[in-house]
Amino acid sequence: MTEIAPVKSIGEYVPMVDGPDKVSGRAKYTADFVDPGALAGRILRSPYSHAEDLQVDTSAAEAMPGVVAVVTGADCDKTFGVLPIAYTEYPLARDRVRYRGEPIAAVAAVDDATALEALKRIKVTAKELPAYYTIKDALAPEAILLHEDRPGNVERDVFFELGNVADGLAEADLVREETYNCAEVCQAQMEMHAALADYDPERDRMTVHASTQVPYYVHLMLARTLDMPKSKIRVVKPHIGGGFGCRTETLNVELIAGLLARKARGKVRLVVNREETFITHRGRPETEIRIKMGMTKDGRITGVDCETYQRGGAYGGYGIVTILYSGSLLYAIYDLHNVKYVGKRVLTNTPPCGAMRGHGTVNVRFAFESLMDEMAQELGLDPFAVRRANLLEAPTFTENDLMVNSYGLPECLDWIETASGWRDRRGKLQSPGPGKKKGLGMACSHYVSGASKPVNWTGEPHATVHLKLDFDGSIVVLTGAAEIGQGSSTILVQTVADVLGLDMSRVRIVASDSEVTPKDNGSYSSRVTFMVGNAALEAAERLKGVLVEAAARKLEARPEDIEVLGEVYRAGAQDTGLTFDEVVTEALRDTGTITVKGNYSTLPESRGGRKYRGAAIGGSMAYSYAAQVVEVTVDEETGEVAVDKVWVAHDCGKALNRLTVEGQIQGSVWMGMGQAMSEETGYYNGLMVTGNMLDYRVPTIQDSPPIETHIVESMDPHGPFGAKEAGEGSLSSFLPALTAAVADAIGIRFNDLPVTPDRVFAAIEKRERARAREAAKKGAA
Amino acid sequence: MAEKTKISLTVNGNAVEAEIEPRTLLIHFLREHLNLTGAHIGCETSHCGACTVDLDGRSVKSCTVFAVQANGGELLTVEGMAAGGELHPLQQAFVDQHGLQCGYCTPGMLVRAYRLLQETPNPTDDEIRWGLSGNLCRCTGYQNIVKAVRQAADELGQKEAAE
Repeated sequence: MTEIAPVKSIGEYVPMVDGPDKVSGRAKYTADFVDPGALAGRILRSPYSHAEDLQVDTSAAEAMPGVVAVVTGADCDKTFGVLPIAYTEYPLARDRVRYRGEPIAAVAAVDDATALEALKRIKVTAKELPAYYTIKDALAPEAILLHEDRPGNVERDVFFELGNVADGLAEADLVREETYNCAEVCQAQMEMHAALADYDPERDRMTVHASTQVPYYVHLMLARTLDMPKSKIRVVKPHIGGGFGCRTETLNVELIAGLLARKARGKVRLVVNREETFITHRGRPETEIRIKMGMTKDGRITGVDCETYQRGGAYGGYGIVTILYSGSLLYAIYDLHNVKYVGKRVLTNTPPCGAMRGHGTVNVRFAFESLMDEMAQELGLDPFAVRRANLLEAPTFTENDLMVNSYGLPECLDWIETASGWRDRRGKLQSPGPGKKKGLGMACSHYVSGASKPVNWTGEPHATVHLKLDFDGSIVVLTGAAEIGQGSSTILVQTVADVLGLDMSRVRIVASDSEVTPKDNGSYSSRVTFMVGNAALEAAERLKGVLVEAAARKLEARPEDIEVLGEVYRAGAQDTGLTFDEVVTEALRDTGTITVKGNYSTLPESRGGRKYRGAAIGGSMAYSYAAQVVEVTVDEETGEVAVDKVWVAHDCGKALNRLTVEGQIQGSVWMGMGQAMSEETGYYNGLMVTGNMLDYRVPTIQDSPPIETHIVESMDPHGPFGAKEAGEGSLSSFLPALTAAVADAIGIRFNDLPVTPDRVFAAIEKRERARAREAAKKGAA
Repeated sequence: MAEKTKISLTVNGNAVEAEIEPRTLLIHFLREHLNLTGAHIGCETSHCGACTVDLDGRSVKSCTVFAVQANGGELLTVEGMAAGGELHPLQQAFVDQHGLQCGYCTPGMLVRAYRLLQETPNPTDDEIRWGLSGNLCRCTGYQNIVKAVRQAADELGQKEAAE
């Protein structure tokens, strides 16, 4: 007889539970709900960057045969947003427009061609206002205000000084200051935004399927903008074609679909096109950073003075959080004291930015690591040595009260140093051909495992998971956690199956349908594995308790003597025991279908401090750590940079699923590569001119290097099985590692991103001209 | 309403006849007339490849092909790749190797890889990358896509050798 043993899936390489649906074409994304009964929705967008006295005449459109509903700003006087203190947008502009492409009106018609034709018949007039596309112009003293209650066009000013920066810098052997600029980038997720809104006029109910990472926030904002009770609304999140943060707040798309459906008293399918998806934006803001750092001869950082300006776009969105994260997450990676941070989130007449992958940390990390690397070089220190001179010792609280209990950065450094052959290869790489130079660079990064204080503070737990066990012996996980491709559904199924020792095929999952699943805040800030995972763990333990009680009853044994072997429960090795199905039958006796619940709440001490206004932002139960080495070849004749290879180590605590963790790390590194090397949005007088998949240059499979991945498991004491963040933390270290590698190759360090061939070429030409001048001078002398 | 045109073609082995407006794009015909929603629209400009289908033995981006151009043709979409309830080795490999995350680009990627392996049955990694360079993925960094195509190529090669 084969040994009966519980089935383990945690820590293994487990293919995603929804993989078969996705490879067969069965997986339904929002736009895949093709329904002949649904009207086609289309949005009319502002031709102005900034205007007031907006007049919208829809009469000709409404008169068109086939047009069922037309909505404008007049149909909704409620603002929406993500932070309760920054509900500043209308689904459709009222009186004032603040960026080119802002929705003004929308049409629902019998087919798409009719809807598009109707848009052409809507007449829009307005009085144009001066528009500001740069941080400098928006902050100019004579600039008019985009929002009356945001003086100086500043969405949020952040200031803190912890310790004493002047003293810190005075202690240093070397003080340097640099400025950095990171271009605006965006998610460019593959699925364009879509919503299917179905209004039931008899019952006054609304069902919305939406391409969102945050069905709960969409639910709240639908209720608010439609002025309907929350109980009358149902939000379903189908399969999602990537998020990366562009869908971590309610978008106007789903709200406009709701407004149209209610007015049409029926069903409206609103799929916006790729250009509109770009304009809906919520990407990473263009960021200007000035940073001054003091360092001792042995590489210890003695003080940091950092000033950050973000071009936030026309509305707040997550902006307040972004500018706070940029300051607070200077901490929690190195042992820092004497830090001053000034942050300004600036309002401009461009599409609103949001919470893109690595939210708030990426650009400041680029600046910080770059300056650290450059100063190390000046001091004759190795890039690894300077990182090692500043490591934290966990457990600890940082100077801004962030709680760090697990810290695998030292192991990450060790691995990339060895795997990349850093000691033997750096400075000794052979040129692969004429005009070509090779280089190696490295950098570190980190990220939160969920925000300990949610943006919508309700007093509820951070996560709730239900498990349903029924007569058939199947377990269903009911969760609001939004599977967006990151693998959250797989992790939750694994968690439950593993606790019960069952094969994963016993466990199914229903995710993100407000009619059946418990509320969840959504998929952002890398919160799901940690928070929902912990809730699932608690629920599974409770279910196990119920089953053990039942088995004990049936076997006339004490619960503590019951051995759980997955498919068999027994009261000792001699006992043949009960099959799982028999235990289930006993457990259901007299009570019927069993539902258990698991909750998770963060510890109060993890919620950041009160040392400055907004200090709670950055507080997390755990932080992930990453380090990477990038190897490049720079062609000095063309300015082209090729990434030959990346070695990345990521400390995610216990890797619950090594397959999906590696996938997340690789995807993060690669997305960092896009930002570092080619991606950049562009505007011409406020008109987005990169709103397509050719001009917004994401790396192709041809441009993408092999990424060697290593998982470090620092085992967080509070994470589910010891797990923490895996999907964002290794993005930002790519950027400084890349520029360090380029500097190693050609001796030029780029402080402005992206490092495009024309930028590299121009810098090389400039250097050559300078050299020629020097040579001429010497010749003349 | 524009005048309609009759087309007949084979889709995943089934004969299909339809009357459509001449301006109908192949991707819309597949998705909205035949309810084959596996192929997705990702860019509308033929850059991303999410809409890739196989027409008469060639990979085409169906967002820039008119349905009438497929008249008389033989079409394969991701829905037609599995045979007799069994996933195609490429489909299985994309699951096994985690060659997908959100899955949105996957149908186009698979259909393109299917044709690639007909054109180049035992591709090198470089040939895989070149062969799939018209298809964008925003999740994976392509690492596991290359691995998945490799696995499928090996398996199909072994099958062929056995036959």
